[in-house]
Amino acid sequence: MSDSDGRSTSPPDEPVMVGRLPGDAGPQASVPATRSRKRLAAIWALIALPVAAVLLGLVLGGVVIVISSGFASGSFDLGAPFAAFGALAEGAGLFGNVNGFVNTLVQAAPLALGGLAVGVGFKAGLFNIGAQGQFLMGALGSASVGAAVASQPTVLAITMSLLAGALAGAFWGFIPGLLKAVTGAHEVVTTIMLNFIAGTLVGYLVTGPLGAPGFSFARTGPIGNSALPILFGRNLHLGVLIALIAVPVVWWLLYRSTIGFEVRTVGANPSAARYAGMSPRRLIVMTLSFCGLLAGLAGAGQILGISGFMNASYGTSIGFDSIAVALLGRAHPVGIMLAALLFGAMRAGSGLMQIRAGIPVEIIDVIQALILLFLAADVIVRRILRLRVGGAGVDELQTVTRSYGEQSAP
Amino acid sequence: MEGLLDVLYGIPLIGLVFQLGAYMIDVVPNIAPIILGLAAPIALGALCGVMCERSGVVNIGIEGIMLAAAFTAFLAAGIASQAFPAERADLFGVTPGLLIGVAAAVIVAMLLSTLHAWLSITVRADQIISGTILNIAALGLTGYLNRLVISPNPRLGAGTFRSFDVPPGLVELPVVGWLFDMFLDQGPLAMSVIVLVIVMQIMLFRSRWGLRTRAVGEHPKAADTVGIDVIRLRYKNVIIGGIFAGLAGAYLTLEATSSFQNGMTSGRGFIALAAVIFGRWTPLGAFGAALLFTASDAFGGAIQLRPPRGDLAPLGEVLTAIPDQFFGALPYIVTIIVLAGVVRRSIPPAAVGRPYEKESTA
Repeated sequence: MSDSDGRSTSPPDEPVMVGRLPGDAGPQASVPATRSRKRLAAIWALIALPVAAVLLGLVLGGVVIVISSGFASGSFDLGAPFAAFGALAEGAGLFGNVNGFVNTLVQAAPLALGGLAVGVGFKAGLFNIGAQGQFLMGALGSASVGAAVASQPTVLAITMSLLAGALAGAFWGFIPGLLKAVTGAHEVVTTIMLNFIAGTLVGYLVTGPLGAPGFSFARTGPIGNSALPILFGRNLHLGVLIALIAVPVVWWLLYRSTIGFEVRTVGANPSAARYAGMSPRRLIVMTLSFCGLLAGLAGAGQILGISGFMNASYGTSIGFDSIAVALLGRAHPVGIMLAALLFGAMRAGSGLMQIRAGIPVEIIDVIQALILLFLAADVIVRRILRLRVGGAGVDELQTVTRSYGEQSAP
Repeated sequence: MEGLLDVLYGIPLIGLVFQLGAYMIDVVPNIAPIILGLAAPIALGALCGVMCERSGVVNIGIEGIMLAAAFTAFLAAGIASQAFPAERADLFGVTPGLLIGVAAAVIVAMLLSTLHAWLSITVRADQIISGTILNIAALGLTGYLNRLVISPNPRLGAGTFRSFDVPPGLVELPVVGWLFDMFLDQGPLAMSVIVLVIVMQIMLFRSRWGLRTRAVGEHPKAADTVGIDVIRLRYKNVIIGGIFAGLAGAYLTLEATSSFQNGMTSGRGFIALAAVIFGRWTPLGAFGAALLFTASDAFGGAIQLRPPRGDLAPLGEVLTAIPDQFFGALPYIVTIIVLAGVVRRSIPPAAVGRPYEKESTA
């Protein structure tokens, strides 16, 4: 995305481009204009498909609402989608409702971290379906350590419980990484299995060893001083800030650091990476551990910032949602942040939509699935909108499934 | 007889084995029908997985297809049984409504499989992403429609298929009686699993279609060279595979229970995926894996209820000390171990997950 930074080198095709642009005064004035225009074109090529998919998803979601209004009341109400989406936008704080906007940010934070956990994996050619399990382990780690250090000084307590969550998540990412690096077991299968193992492990530990006595149901103890401070409004906790910081940090790691370069090289072409002296095995273990760390932080933020404890059957849809966010954000940190904001806003506004327009909140999941469908089936989008931009929706990810049949150590 | 057993049990060490055998003979027949019932949807899902992956298409959307089929089965059967009220037949308690429910489930499952086939074969989208989309879409759509259609109508429902009345004479047969009980004391869908598994096993390894399917999954280019239409065969197999996932869904709402809950497949589609891997991509192996997985779960419960006694009491103590959840997680742990090749390596079809592109003749 940002590869046109070299200022002294001008691309050889620039004069041609200048000739194509209408209304240009001359070569002197047009060079910066052309460059920014090319940059815009590059950005447009990257975002055209996701934007189109979101729009088509919303339109088709509206059609679903109209059809279901027909089933519910006997007559098809063409205004229903507008009422629903209006309420949705209002609930998400798009019309200046501060609480709604704060809620959007709070909902978006775990999605952004989870999306990064999946997206970083994509960059390394890995499909991390394990965000769910890593999130759960992070939540459990922060809840149990948070309860243990509840009476310590605030800064120490928060640091330790956040760290516990991040490390627990990282460990749950390390396992599939190690399995892939050593035995070649495909991460898609092992992470799915680890999601379920995490679920049962949480159930066992919270009802058993890590459970707190004195409550009417199985849960971890009170977190006391480990609770994340509320920075603004009703519930904008420190975890949101962590998610916001994580986006540029991950961007820098991926696009500006040596390790990020190596990770992307392994993702693009493992053999080339090996010839260049990089160690795909080491990078796979490191990347999946880092993905786990991000998802673990998401879990820690939810526990320490919102719920305050973990119960035995902690339900979350973060696993699938993170995949959706990473795909819509095209595995780019900035894209992931925008996608997380979109889905976060939909979740934040869905309550008001259900109350005011009578549309079940589950429509959000339907729209999310429709958006993904259009992303995957990018041929439809291209045909409908006559898009001519290059790069298929999920082209760069094809190495992921292609390697499914060769389960051998890299 | 009692005396002889006491003598056998008294032998040092070997006696323990006899006692263990006696305990198993005591416990297994009781839980055997439950095991098969629990295994049925997993085995059906695994058949779908075997069909897809053997022909070179990864399908992690089985969970979603199953869920959508379960919902459709419940809804269609409920509506149909209101429209055509009928007496229950003697065999399995069949009503037209139930049959319509099964048919609807199978049709929806085939449609979703067609979508997956189109995305992964024609569009050549990433197959795992396509499967993930199916899972998300099914969870969202069924949850939405459940709230919209089923929740406001609490009286909707068509009941369940009844189990087959096994002739008492068969069950009381010594030694093998419990096997008859296990396989015959079932509803039609669970019973069909055994037939389907055997038929698929024979078809896959003894028929021309099976040879072609395996060729397309291992080396599509070679298959194409000898005149097999790779694309067509993949489409066909993925869509037929959907039938099995549809039956699995129908089993959940029309045979095992008589209601629909959001996300009620609760990971069965993923255990099915595990069964495919553990069963080394064969129908019989996957069925065995499904039985093993559910047996571990059922055993966990049985051991808690009736721990082994006598000289086996220490073993009983160890087993009851193991938390319930461990038995529930065992399928997943075992799958990771097998996939990692620690015990017995499981190797997938070579071309699975790779869309086929015919080389241009121009």
